[in-house]
Amino acid sequence: MDLPTFWFTVVALFWVGFLFLEGFDFGVGMLLPILGRDEVRRRVLINTIGPVWDGNEVWLVVAAGATFAAFPAWYAGLFSGAYLPLLALLLALIGRGVAFEYRGKIDTDRWRRTWDRVITTASWVAALMVGIVVATTVLGLPLDPAGDRIGGPFSSLRPVVLLGGLAVAGFALLHGSVFVTLKTEGDIHDRARRFGLRVAPIAAAPIVALLLVVQLTEGHGWTWVPLAVAVAAIAGAVARLRADRDGQAFALLGVAVVALGTTLFGALYPDVLPSTVNAANSLTVHGAASAHYTLVVMTWVAAFGAPAVLVYQSWTYWVFRRRISTSHIPAAH
Amino acid sequence: MVGSRPRPHDCRVDILGIARWQFGITTVYHFLMVPLTIGLSVLVAVMQTAWVRTGDRKYLAMTKFWGKLLLINFAMGVVTGLVQEFQFGMNWSAYSRFVGDVFGAPLAMEGLLAFFVESTFLGLWIFGWDRLPRQVHLGCVWAFSLASIVSAYFILAANSWMQHPVGVELVNGRPRLTSVWAVLSNPTLLAALPHTVAGCFAVSATFLVGIAAWQIARRRDRHEAMWRASLKLGAWVGVLAFAALAYSGDTQGKLMFQQQPMKMAAAEALCHTEQPAAFSVFAYGNVAKPNCESVKSLEVPYVLSFLATGSFSSRVEGVQDLIPQYQAKYGANYPNDPALGSLAGKPIDYVPDLPVTYWGFRLMIGFGAVAALAALGALWLVRRGRFPKTKWFPRAAVLAIATPYLANAFGWIFTEMGLQPWVVAPNPTGVDGVWLYTAEAVSSGVTTGEALTSVIALTTVYAVLAVIEIVLMVRYVRAGADDVSRDEPADDVLTFAY
Repeated sequence: MDLPTFWFTVVALFWVGFLFLEGFDFGVGMLLPILGRDEVRRRVLINTIGPVWDGNEVWLVVAAGATFAAFPAWYAGLFSGAYLPLLALLLALIGRGVAFEYRGKIDTDRWRRTWDRVITTASWVAALMVGIVVATTVLGLPLDPAGDRIGGPFSSLRPVVLLGGLAVAGFALLHGSVFVTLKTEGDIHDRARRFGLRVAPIAAAPIVALLLVVQLTEGHGWTWVPLAVAVAAIAGAVARLRADRDGQAFALLGVAVVALGTTLFGALYPDVLPSTVNAANSLTVHGAASAHYTLVVMTWVAAFGAPAVLVYQSWTYWVFRRRISTSHIPAAH
Repeated sequence: MVGSRPRPHDCRVDILGIARWQFGITTVYHFLMVPLTIGLSVLVAVMQTAWVRTGDRKYLAMTKFWGKLLLINFAMGVVTGLVQEFQFGMNWSAYSRFVGDVFGAPLAMEGLLAFFVESTFLGLWIFGWDRLPRQVHLGCVWAFSLASIVSAYFILAANSWMQHPVGVELVNGRPRLTSVWAVLSNPTLLAALPHTVAGCFAVSATFLVGIAAWQIARRRDRHEAMWRASLKLGAWVGVLAFAALAYSGDTQGKLMFQQQPMKMAAAEALCHTEQPAAFSVFAYGNVAKPNCESVKSLEVPYVLSFLATGSFSSRVEGVQDLIPQYQAKYGANYPNDPALGSLAGKPIDYVPDLPVTYWGFRLMIGFGAVAALAALGALWLVRRGRFPKTKWFPRAAVLAIATPYLANAFGWIFTEMGLQPWVVAPNPTGVDGVWLYTAEAVSSGVTTGEALTSVIALTTVYAVLAVIEIVLMVRYVRAGADDVSRDEPADDVLTFAY
């Protein structure tokens, strides 16, 4: 594997890591009004991701940073091309981050309800926009020979691209339900499990649809394999959730997101950003990559940094491994 | 181009202006949050270390009180930082393509080596009070605070490269990285890092002094010992920070004189070359007039020569004399590239916005000096257990909190506006051709409507959040310190939880 292909894989892995980790963060936010019927339960939900959501979000920062460093033309074309979805994503991430930190800081119902609404809305918007951005890079947008989007702000938002938004939102909803089931005990655990089972068909439908669209438009023969794995893993996760084996369900969703990422980015390869108006304008792994020396430097940085991240983030999850219930929540502060 | 309508050339200039305003607004705003995070996190780590080592609960109360304010501030720093990373690609795609081989690397390093550490260990610190052994928990706050300084290092490495591009060769009209060590040891970076970090500690220092002085003056709670310790810590850190600011600022000035002579002249609005050159303390009249006749200036002889070179008799070149040199070296007109819109083929204005650079430079130094005097004054007034019984002292101390914030903001406004018309300034001793005009850097495909939506939405959200943050800060300051006389809560209740 040459260096540009290696870095394409690394960028894809950062997106997969982000979808796996922040997927349940988004899901918890989206589920807040559904599973959190009173203040204590809402606090249980938020505290399941309390220590980790910020670290999870860094996966997005690094996915974007690695794209910039290793594929400047990809970063430039995608970020200026998917302008409005990225702006909406930024606004949603701003709202969510501040809301988590601030909702408990003033002890009135009105204050907390306002921030709860911000968390829920922003989580939905963020999940939808992440999906749209990923689908934009996989399915392409109208690019001119310089690699700039043409046709105005909405030319990149084709229906199949919007399907990507629904797919990630659906995944976040399912993943969040399983995560809450895994991380809580008592009635929240039961409700989350039941909700996950009920929502699974609706959540899985856009994921399967997106996978098929991508496979049929630009897939390779071998990408049928991860596609089948992704679908089987989602089905397996739902089956394990039904058997009340939430840990296994969560692990299977991990398998699903890796297979999902492999299908999408595998189908995309050797492009990084296809042009929908002329294949000659498409940005490719080798055309968009930084020079060899930069990639070598970044490889050393990643070889040192990425394993360290995995170690201390895993340790965080180990430290906060206990299930949370309403009895763990202190009085308002 | 296939199936496309022509590019909206006339809008290019609009987008340039909008994108520049957005960058200015979001950067200055982001840097209101960052310094307090960096400085205060180190100081909170110091407080917690004092508690762990001495067992004195005064230090625990300090850690908890200042830690809460740190968290209120940190959230805003993180979310506004996302905008910084994304807007290079969104608004400045041509820039991103041009410098991507060099510029993306420090940003990615920041994420991978510093920001991950910051975010993960902050979560561990907030939620780990009763989950982690004391020493490990202390280690978390140190990891978080030191990583925030490492973050600053990588971000400044990226910024310094724009001021002084090093470690590259020119291949097909684009800079290609040849030495990452040159980028990471850029002399501009080594001067900017101590200056910026000292600016962060200056903010945190007056923050401690102002709030602690106010708490002592109102004598509402039993924690006077802790407020006194906070005030003293803040005042000492302030004095050291301002000494470091003056020293590193002087180093930066001398580098700037070599690397960006036009910026040096613009800092002074120095029209004509002088030898020896005098430093203008204050000017009356429009400093932007091409000839300085209408400007009356209060000057201190020899000082500018010294600031620029270290010698009192050296020559400092003025704006009018530098223009022809720049034109000879870098061309008199913009390239006739249609992508430049209405600027294509037009003369290049090499002179930064002089009122902004002249006054920005003075306001930076002025507010910094006021803050330094406040820290020194506080140290003197509270010596050996004293505390002035006047009403003005706590008020002045609270007002002084704003001064290093303003100094930092004007410092960045000066250095970035002084960089114009470049976004990557040419390095006089570097590779020929490695530079980029700001006008060439903006995204081509983005429409005016998108850019305008972005700047309006972000500015509105930022304004609302600023109000909320200030309300929360004031509320938590008024609430005073937690009672830490009893032991921590039982193991099955979360502390510091949301």
